[in-house]
Amino acid sequence: MLRYTLKRLLSLAISLIVASLLIFSIIEVAPGDVASFMMGMNAQPDTVAALRAELGLDQTKVARYFSWIGGMVTGDFGTSYTYRAPVAQMVADRLWVSLPLAVYALLLSILIAFPAGIFAAARRGRAADVTVMGATQLGVAIPGFWFAMMLVLLFAIRLRWFPAGGFPGWDESIWLSLKALTLPAIALSLPQAAILTRVMRSSLLDMLGEDFMRTARAKGLSARQALWRHGIRNALIPVLTIIGMQFAVLLTGAIIIEQVFYLPGLGRLIFQAITQRDLIVVESVVMLLVFTVIMLNFVIDLAYAAIDPRLRLRT
Amino acid sequence: MKISRSLLIGAALTSVFTAAALLSFLWTPYDVTVLSIPDRLQGPSATHWLGTDHFGRDIFSMIMVGARTSLAVALVAVTIGLILGVPLGLAAAARKGSWLDEIIMRGNDIIFSFPLLVLAILLTAVLGPSATNAIIAFGIFNIPVFARIVRSGALSLWSREFIMAARVAGKGTTRISFEHILPNVANLMVVQGTVQFSLGIQVEAALSFVGLGAQPPTPSWGRMLADAQTMVAIAPHMALVPGLAILLTVLGLNLMGDGLRDMLDPRIRVERA
Amino acid sequence: MSLLQISDLSLTIGGHAILKNVSLSVGPGEIVGIIGESGSGKSMTAFTVMQLLPRGAQATGRVALGDTDMLTADEDTLCHLRGNQVGMVFQEPMTALNPVKSIGDQVAETVMIHDRSSRADALRVAREVLERVGLPEARFPLTRYPHELSGGQRQRVVIAMAIAQRPALLIADEPTTALDVTTQAQILELLRGLVDDYGMGLLFITHDLAVISGLASRIVVMRHGEVVEQGPTSQVLAEMRHPYTRMLFEASSHRVTLPPHPDTRTPLLEVKGVSRDYPLPRRKLFAPQEHFRAVRDVSFTLERGDRIGLVGESGCGKSTLTRAILGLEEVQEGEILLDGAPVWSGHAPNLDVRRKIQVVFQDPYGSFNPRWRVGPLVAEPLHLLEVPPTGSALEARIGAVLDSVGLSAADATKYIHEFSGGQRQRIAIARALITRPELVVFDEAVSALDVSVRAQILDLMADLAAREGLSYLFISHDLSVVQTITDRVMVMQAGRIVEEGPTETVLMAPQHPYTRTLIDAAPRLPNARAS
Repeated sequence: MLRYTLKRLLSLAISLIVASLLIFSIIEVAPGDVASFMMGMNAQPDTVAALRAELGLDQTKVARYFSWIGGMVTGDFGTSYTYRAPVAQMVADRLWVSLPLAVYALLLSILIAFPAGIFAAARRGRAADVTVMGATQLGVAIPGFWFAMMLVLLFAIRLRWFPAGGFPGWDESIWLSLKALTLPAIALSLPQAAILTRVMRSSLLDMLGEDFMRTARAKGLSARQALWRHGIRNALIPVLTIIGMQFAVLLTGAIIIEQVFYLPGLGRLIFQAITQRDLIVVESVVMLLVFTVIMLNFVIDLAYAAIDPRLRLRT
Repeated sequence: MKISRSLLIGAALTSVFTAAALLSFLWTPYDVTVLSIPDRLQGPSATHWLGTDHFGRDIFSMIMVGARTSLAVALVAVTIGLILGVPLGLAAAARKGSWLDEIIMRGNDIIFSFPLLVLAILLTAVLGPSATNAIIAFGIFNIPVFARIVRSGALSLWSREFIMAARVAGKGTTRISFEHILPNVANLMVVQGTVQFSLGIQVEAALSFVGLGAQPPTPSWGRMLADAQTMVAIAPHMALVPGLAILLTVLGLNLMGDGLRDMLDPRIRVERA
Repeated sequence: MSLLQISDLSLTIGGHAILKNVSLSVGPGEIVGIIGESGSGKSMTAFTVMQLLPRGAQATGRVALGDTDMLTADEDTLCHLRGNQVGMVFQEPMTALNPVKSIGDQVAETVMIHDRSSRADALRVAREVLERVGLPEARFPLTRYPHELSGGQRQRVVIAMAIAQRPALLIADEPTTALDVTTQAQILELLRGLVDDYGMGLLFITHDLAVISGLASRIVVMRHGEVVEQGPTSQVLAEMRHPYTRMLFEASSHRVTLPPHPDTRTPLLEVKGVSRDYPLPRRKLFAPQEHFRAVRDVSFTLERGDRIGLVGESGCGKSTLTRAILGLEEVQEGEILLDGAPVWSGHAPNLDVRRKIQVVFQDPYGSFNPRWRVGPLVAEPLHLLEVPPTGSALEARIGAVLDSVGLSAADATKYIHEFSGGQRQRIAIARALITRPELVVFDEAVSALDVSVRAQILDLMADLAAREGLSYLFISHDLSVVQTITDRVMVMQAGRIVEEGPTETVLMAPQHPYTRTLIDAAPRLPNARAS
């Protein structure tokens, strides 16, 4: 297990280094002179020069890369050019909306998908299964942000059960904040829940065909006992992969859904930064998102080993 | 081979939208570039089948032209993924465990750790938002998708005895990859291609919705929804129609993919035989 | 009073008739063997008793286990009986165990399900049962996982699960088919001992007449879902009233007549001091790369006209050696010459040599690209020729070679899935012969076939040896087949050839202890047959 963990840690470190190099070269090398790019075409030469100095563009690329990485590691994400504020603080504020939204949506997605997938698998081929599968076909096909608009139309504008947008802030009211995130979380989770339901079902059905399930029945376990004791844990292995990938999708999907509900999350920050060519903000937010995804994959890898003893020995 | 109901329904839906996109090159009920403020925000009627938007443009015509954008973006991006991803997957499987395999697979992992939207953000931050950049972002995203599926399919084939027989017949790995492996992973590629195509429709819509995709005046379903967002209370049809267009196109492609998988999966066919 | 009484059992699955009026019985302490080829319905009979049938199965008749009719019993009753009154052992030990649960938990589960005992008590019982099946605590603690065990050890765990509740009846469905011959002998011994100790009834299902004739007191012969003959073992084997029984018996001990060896003595294949290493996974992060030596210093010479057998159990290195001889992999030490030229030169296979050697593999299903027609499949090795034939010359050559293996030229336009297992093996032989090779390697080429089909393929090989003067290397785990189809034999163990000589001499008077073990472990058909 230790060997497995070490090996994963090593590949985690390599992934992070390569990813950061990629981001750095796309943002700071690709557009040519970063300062003139950020200032636009009509900028005064002296303001461009000032920005160059501020960004440390007189240094070599290597030095700039290390100072950027060093900053990221110590929590200094640089200073936003347009807001004149530390990026770290801005990101932290926004993260308090985006992250809870993604987690909320992931929980919803799991809460819907596990029972629905197990239910459908246990009734394979019957009316209940066909209904659930039909519903997931629709769920997978619905564009999340459009579904969000429909939710707003129905529950906020017509029924007035939920706010149509905005966010009161956690300090203000946890309850109202949760309420403000509920419609976005539902909109975000629906397509993912549909995918996860399908994966859960097919993974379980694969398990039902395994020889060891027949062995379990031959021992005297009922079909239900065999499913719970032997099927679920094995079926979880592919499901975990999907959950890991989904969190990344949810986190970035949140960026889009936030636009529908006017939530002050990472989405708004990043889209403003793009229109204002504030590359410093873009660079740091992108690195942060990629970092999250890579860390997530690492955690999932460890979870695999916890579930499957065969992995602990393998490389 | 039995053609399933889902394949029929899926193919029918897909054909309708493809036909609409192709027809829009020759004819649309109204010119989508002409604004007509007096006609704005009309509901569906005999003159405007699906109503008009806030500039008085005919929504039915815009849906037709928007289908063009959606399908083009998805098609080109999937093609990029296939052209680059499939040879990489074949090469990695042919030299499993070698440094080439290692590099290809680690490279895939790195691309995979960039969520699609993040790729799009990176590109638009530097190159500016456009449909082309949306295609590039989704195309890059597709490369590891196809490389992985082809590699795993090819790996299970490489251990089969008919590949050994081909090697005994003196054929090299490249030749075996194209003669024996490729035809046997083609079904995987078709099915995954359909899935990525339908994902491409959704991706184009989402990117255009947040302003990272097609720019005005290029009509796009995502842009139509972005416009509709502020009008949703007074003109719900502006939001309903493009949303349903996306939904039905994606549904059609997914159903088609499921149907193709059932039809092409050799395992299932053997069981029937 | 019998333990299991099957009367007039018929079974259909999705409308297809699988079993027709099957009747048989098993008494306490009795071993009953069901024998049949693939498609005989022997396994389905077992699953009907367990009531673990696939969807769409419809059974009529009566399957009485004690006083209960399994066909009409409700699911609760069945769950209570399975594992408690009747246990089952399966063919494939590698997949019969849950990979993510320890062996202790899996054996204890049988106890906990039925006795509702505590986990600690159940684990104690599991420990005892595992000891009984020959997995002592010192080497096999309860915390072991299936992937840490060999096939034979896993089969012991499956047996432990099946007998933990000391059921009255044990059903074993081809329990030794996936195992090596020495392991098979041990598992058979274990099952026999359990029957004696516990007074269990054992219903033993197999395709191997030799296995069952030494084990069962009664034999049931099945074909196409019907019982064609049954009775006490000695009586069935002595009388063989049904022609199918006689055919099975004759096919199982089929003998072919090989043509005399040509007098010319010229070396064709020379294997000189060959060793083959595989890198092992690194145990520590920065430990030096370790290697596993799969083939150790193997030398032998195959002369033109030789028919040599290579015998050994799984993992002995015979497949590795085969791949090296075929020039598919490079060896670390020594050299392999065919007709005086190396099969591998300068880190690349030598194509000039390759055309003189062809191969027939074990699996008649996996050996062909399912998307190609038979013609191109058979013609594939022609790629090795400097000037491959084209057009009508190619067609004529394909037609001739298909004809020579008992098929017709018209078969060239068909797809491979239109052929049976035996026909596919003929096609594989045709593919091997099309370049008119000097040497053909048969790699377990008859191991996956039913005995009746196997007999036909062996006849074809003897026929080809006579007509074409074929030289071959016949790799197999089955001594009885090697005995008839080869003139000389080599026995391989742990990467080394431990014994070599004329087939009759080696098999009748083995010198090496391992050869003796192999011969003793191999199940044998009774020789004598009254009238």
